[in-house]
Amino acid sequence: MASVVANNLTKQYGKKKDLVQALKGVSFEVEKGELFGIIGPDGAGKTSLFRILTTLLLPDGGAASVDGLDVVKDFKAIRQRVGYMPGRFSLYQDLTIEENLEFFATIFNTTIQENYDLIKDIYSQIEPFKDRRAGKLSGGMKQKLALSCALIHKPSVLFLDEPTTGVDAVSRKEFWEMLRSLKEQGITILVSTPYMDEASLCDRVALIQNGTILSVNTPDGVIASYKHPLVAVKDDNMLQLLNLLQQYEGGLDAYPFGEYHHVVLKDGYTTASVTTYLQEQQLDHVNVHSIRADIEDCFIALMKTESHEHK
Amino acid sequence: MKQFVSFVKKEFHHILRDKRTLFILLGMPIVQILIFGFALTNEVKNSQIAIFDQSNDVATQALRSELNASRYFDVVKDIHSYPEIEAAFKRGTIKLAVVFPENFANDLDHFNTAQVQLIADASDPNVANTLTNYATAIILDYQDRITNSRRLPYTINTEMRMLYNPQLKGAYSFVPGVMAMVLMLVCTLMTAITIVREKELGTMEIMLVSPMQPFKIVVAKAVPYLLLSIVNITSILLLSVFVLDVPVNGSLLLLILESILFTLTCLAFGLLISTKTDSQQTAMFIALTGMFLPTIMLSGFMFPIENMPLPLRVISNIVPAKWYYYIVKEVMIKGLGITAVWKETLILVGMLLFLLVLSIRNFKIRLA
Amino acid sequence: MSTNNIAIHAESLTKRFGDFTAVDAISFEVKKGEIFGFLGANGAGKTTAMRMLCGLSIPTSGTASVAGFDVYKQTEQIKRNIGYMSQKFSLYEDLTVRENIRFYAGIYGKTDAFIKEKTAFLLQELHLEAEANKLVRSLPLGWKQKLAFSVAIFHEPEIVFLDEPTGGVDPVTRREFWNMIYKAAESGITIFVTTHYMDEAEYCTRVSIMVDGRIDALDTPMQLKKTFGVSSMDEVFLKLARQAKRSGD
Repeated sequence: MASVVANNLTKQYGKKKDLVQALKGVSFEVEKGELFGIIGPDGAGKTSLFRILTTLLLPDGGAASVDGLDVVKDFKAIRQRVGYMPGRFSLYQDLTIEENLEFFATIFNTTIQENYDLIKDIYSQIEPFKDRRAGKLSGGMKQKLALSCALIHKPSVLFLDEPTTGVDAVSRKEFWEMLRSLKEQGITILVSTPYMDEASLCDRVALIQNGTILSVNTPDGVIASYKHPLVAVKDDNMLQLLNLLQQYEGGLDAYPFGEYHHVVLKDGYTTASVTTYLQEQQLDHVNVHSIRADIEDCFIALMKTESHEHK
Repeated sequence: MKQFVSFVKKEFHHILRDKRTLFILLGMPIVQILIFGFALTNEVKNSQIAIFDQSNDVATQALRSELNASRYFDVVKDIHSYPEIEAAFKRGTIKLAVVFPENFANDLDHFNTAQVQLIADASDPNVANTLTNYATAIILDYQDRITNSRRLPYTINTEMRMLYNPQLKGAYSFVPGVMAMVLMLVCTLMTAITIVREKELGTMEIMLVSPMQPFKIVVAKAVPYLLLSIVNITSILLLSVFVLDVPVNGSLLLLILESILFTLTCLAFGLLISTKTDSQQTAMFIALTGMFLPTIMLSGFMFPIENMPLPLRVISNIVPAKWYYYIVKEVMIKGLGITAVWKETLILVGMLLFLLVLSIRNFKIRLA
Repeated sequence: MSTNNIAIHAESLTKRFGDFTAVDAISFEVKKGEIFGFLGANGAGKTTAMRMLCGLSIPTSGTASVAGFDVYKQTEQIKRNIGYMSQKFSLYEDLTVRENIRFYAGIYGKTDAFIKEKTAFLLQELHLEAEANKLVRSLPLGWKQKLAFSVAIFHEPEIVFLDEPTGGVDPVTRREFWNMIYKAAESGITIFVTTHYMDEAEYCTRVSIMVDGRIDALDTPMQLKKTFGVSSMDEVFLKLARQAKRSGD
């Protein structure tokens, strides 16, 4: 049974003149026990989507259900069983770690003892500081506390809205490790993030941009559906190289990608044709090799098709 | 119920841990009572006055010593010309000048009438008014005595009697006023702010996505401030009875019940504000303009409502503090019972219900 | 005005808050026209270090000069010669695009003629001519960030400090943003940038990585990968940051 279903959800804000279409018909399904990523930049509609699914906002159109319960009609029942961690750190700064956790446990009609097993791995890392006020914690510790609080009532579905935004690479890695182990315990997890590289850590992802879902698939599936040949190119003068590659007739697109430039090729063009082209441009020792696309390449490609379709 | 208790406990943590705000909340009523009681009082004591005595006779001498003997005035200066009076006012050395024309005693003896001129510095009209009143009273008093002793047939007896407040203590009117102000400030402002703060923090989002009913959240938020208000009422009453000598003439129980009623009305108003605003600043601004200013201006505590133009008099009727202020005066100072204030009490109950229904209907169970 | 080709010079720069040493005797140089990546985990001391260099915070000890001006005594001159942009969008949402540009240019005392000419150029460059009189609030995030960057370098500063300029921006706009950074660097503006995206570290001329208030590594991305024997900047960063004793924020 699908744990979360979104069916053609729409949401808009504002009046006529500055109307913002936050969601333009979003549909997807999340299976029970899945770790599902909603991947897209700021302003793509991730937070609106999460707020609709957690019954905080009413959709303007479409329908959605969580655990088979309708997000509009059965909002009370949904509120009993989901865990939600909003984008910004939303705990009481003037309460201690333990007070925060105890408070949330009581609000959800449970006790710390009852569900301690579930949060043990996470909470035990901050438990030594349980008398410290939440406001005085480091970013990583706040996050662990927030996650513990969202889990304390053993929710069947956990919604995490951009838990890793603004968090450094080390803490992000740790956080994803925690999510993997939570998944082992059978909790359905929906997590949104603007970081494309986090997609590979999910079971399945929905890529979202401008209120539209670009693709729903497994990370490998997203990559497998990438149709064009892709090469990585590197040289000493990267800026000059980029200019040349952007003028290349065999290229659909060329953009910087870490230490390389990625060139999306038209069908029929190969690594060899790029090397030849660059040699014609008096660049003899350029490192050109064929590569497999990553999620970010896919996202860029999907974004560009999407905007073409709209034009 | 456990949820509720836990929420109230959390609210107390917030309040008790924010020492500065707590200090202001508990200290404010005390400071206000003391300021009003000792510094800002309307009573004028030992005001420095000057006398321009062009007659210098028995009567003027007698009046001079009467004035000087009263605790309101100190004669500090003798003046010999009108320009000197103005100069003294400009230097600020005197607040009032008493001018006796020539032949004062003579006129009084022979024509039964004499002129005294009182010149006051009306840049502070209240003080000027009070001073001239006091001076007039002393002069009339003197006139009374001499006319009595001579048993003249025509005397106008102006008798003044100050009811309920024979010593004309300012404290009698400002204690109820301060109570209204403090309760309003603590309840309206703080409830509005505390709820809006959770919106700002983002914790309201989590609270909404929890089994806790929104209505309980709101009540739990109000409970600590209700208790805090009772502490404030107690400290104000203790101060006024033991420090300012303003007794509670009526039923203490009634007074406290009426105060709780007013407190609830203020809480409901704060709640209404919180449902309509998303930032603490806006909430504070609305609470201050919507409740604080009307409480000061239109409750009758600072300025008598009877003297206001009609539109303001009408508007004053929707200010809860006006009714509470009236009730406290009747109960605490006149010592009257519920029979005297049942109408006003009903009005407050009505306001409370109206505000409660409005705010509960407005309370959003979702974000938008 | 500095005469040599050094834009920023720091020597044993230290900042203590009580007994906490936020920045622990860091020394480095940034050359003119360089794109200098300033990396570090949350709480490593990046923000504190940046504040000192921008003249917003006086160091506890050590020396530093920015655009040739001393961070202790010449903070006013420093502020006049740098640009600053942070992740938290730094334009006024309730002013129009044009009004924002006018306002910031005015702060730096530019002449009307200069402002007029450059505004036209900038709007064209950003393809914002049609939006010039719209409120900034109504622009998509990516555009706002690009506009904020343009505004930060509008007064042609010697150095521009960028604090996580691309956080949350979509991958296409992120690349357009870096394109703007390259152009600015080519025109001679020194770029000092922090980021959480490790692929962006590759775009920098040189990268420094802060751990526990110290600079533990400083080199070109290629050399750093060679030194640590790994294939990506991500791994370099994780290797260093995992040694951190203190935790973030």
